[in-house]
Amino acid sequence: MALEFEKPILELEKRIAELKETARTTGVDLEAEIRLLEERLARLKQEVYGHLTAWQRVQLARAPGRPTTLDVLEKAFQDFLELHGDRAFADDPAIVGGLAYLEGEKVVVVGHQKGRDTKENLQRNFGMPHPEGYRKAMRLMDLADRFGYPFISFIDTPGAYPGVSAEERGQAWVIAQSIQRMSRLRVPAIALILGEGGSGGALAIGVANRVLIMENAWYSVISPESCAAILWREAKEAPKAAEALRLTPTDLLAQKVVDAIVPEPEGGAHKDPLKAIQNIKEALLRTLEELKELSPEELYQDRYRRFRTLGAYAES
Amino acid sequence: MALERLFRRKRPSGENRDVPELWTKCEACGAQLYKKEFKENLYVCPKCGHHHRVPAPERVEMLADAGTFQEITRLKPLDPLGFVDTKPYRERLKAYQEETGRPDAILGGTCAIGGVPAVLMVMDYAFAGGSMGSVVGEEIARGAERAAAEGRALVIVAASGGARMQEAALSLMQMAKTVMSLDRLWERRLPYVSILTDPTTGGVTASFAALADVIFAEPGALIGFAGPRVIRQTIRQELPEGFQRSEFLLKHGMVDRVTDRRRLKAEVVQVLRHLHPGVSYGTGV
Repeated sequence: MALEFEKPILELEKRIAELKETARTTGVDLEAEIRLLEERLARLKQEVYGHLTAWQRVQLARAPGRPTTLDVLEKAFQDFLELHGDRAFADDPAIVGGLAYLEGEKVVVVGHQKGRDTKENLQRNFGMPHPEGYRKAMRLMDLADRFGYPFISFIDTPGAYPGVSAEERGQAWVIAQSIQRMSRLRVPAIALILGEGGSGGALAIGVANRVLIMENAWYSVISPESCAAILWREAKEAPKAAEALRLTPTDLLAQKVVDAIVPEPEGGAHKDPLKAIQNIKEALLRTLEELKELSPEELYQDRYRRFRTLGAYAES
Repeated sequence: MALERLFRRKRPSGENRDVPELWTKCEACGAQLYKKEFKENLYVCPKCGHHHRVPAPERVEMLADAGTFQEITRLKPLDPLGFVDTKPYRERLKAYQEETGRPDAILGGTCAIGGVPAVLMVMDYAFAGGSMGSVVGEEIARGAERAAAEGRALVIVAASGGARMQEAALSLMQMAKTVMSLDRLWERRLPYVSILTDPTTGGVTASFAALADVIFAEPGALIGFAGPRVIRQTIRQELPEGFQRSEFLLKHGMVDRVTDRRRLKAEVVQVLRHLHPGVSYGTGV
């Protein structure tokens, strides 16, 4: 499925394919024309993908076929064993987690899980967790701490679920608790924003020593649509809101909200998921190596400093 | 986010034209109230008990022992993202500063509360809907650290639509910052009391406000994560009566007590005196 801004690229690709087909079936030599169009295609791709607007990145972050937490766990990790339930109310399919190995190293992992098709998306509530999802995440943080294994989280949610059931069960309270639990880890913690980093529902599993973000992911206090609905009174002003919120990886790097950007294949992670997952694995291994030298207490203090220094204000 | 309420069109200013200035009207029951008495009754309607919003300085007066409050909040906001929606953030800030006489949405200081040494932080809903940006986050964190360093209790009065959109991800990060700063009190075994007032939603509820040793809520206050309008849009149904009000939260186990404002200080003092290690039964500090 192509996004609106990708249509010229797709049309050109289609024309090249047609020419190739014509050359094959008729035997006419079209090589010069094809080469010309291929050069034009390369330039067009560079023009489009090299100058993505904030809103275009938001669209790529949501593109179907992008690697989800379970895709990464299956392909970048070994022997992932999913653990279920919050021991209090239910198992939330919008958050998955469990035990895994990363290049032979024992780790505990947690992540938001979106569906890979409409049916699964309904079952996973579009990656919008209920309180029990965060309680499961906290349980797994306990596990990582108890056994001293690194904790790795994958963020991909439009936000925590804004519904009656979630409010009744204390959505705000569990998000606060999850932030607190994660900040107190005495093991290395790495968070990677895979696609959407929507507000407190994302931060709840994002209080890591190092926060990484995919090249076409976003992270902010509110989704561009909701922001536009409030400030512009029109959800269709979302592209303006996306720009104003400075939610792209390079903006976030400048604000020190993230520490590193994980590159994606041209056109986005969904164009070549395996390559994207390979990049993720390399980034995680590199980051884990960086944190190896720190003692449990130093890891806690490092995380405290990392978040304590964020913000912009003037002393008077 | 529940900031939506903030941006709703202001009421027509002529609404109360028939009422002389000495008088005001209860928002809930419409009773005519003599302003002086209304204030003396802590902005609670003597007829129906409705709790109206309280300006930050008067909130300090209600809780701090007379003459003990020393202001410590002093940071000024910046516009780190150059945020412009229908108006530039800088202009919005300037308007709020002129309106409230405060640099940002928080007023805090050291004081005694029932004789117990404390840091008291009061959020000001009149300033940008009490929204939390870098200044509010940093002041809360400094307040918590100062309380820990000086052996004081921490009391925070929340009134906020949530994290401030115009500082985007930096506002979000204040949730983590404020939560982490509470560890300093934890280490020193000092009490933290959170008072949730109308309204407390979004990133403020979902961070420091929810993590106190004891949580009070004022009667009838709107308290939650998502704002009612967002929830209504999500579920496409009308919300049940009393949903997200203090009494609903008490029933669901999220707050310790729903306390009438006129008894609030007495109960807060009881908690502080019980939990503060420097106070023993029946004695002074």
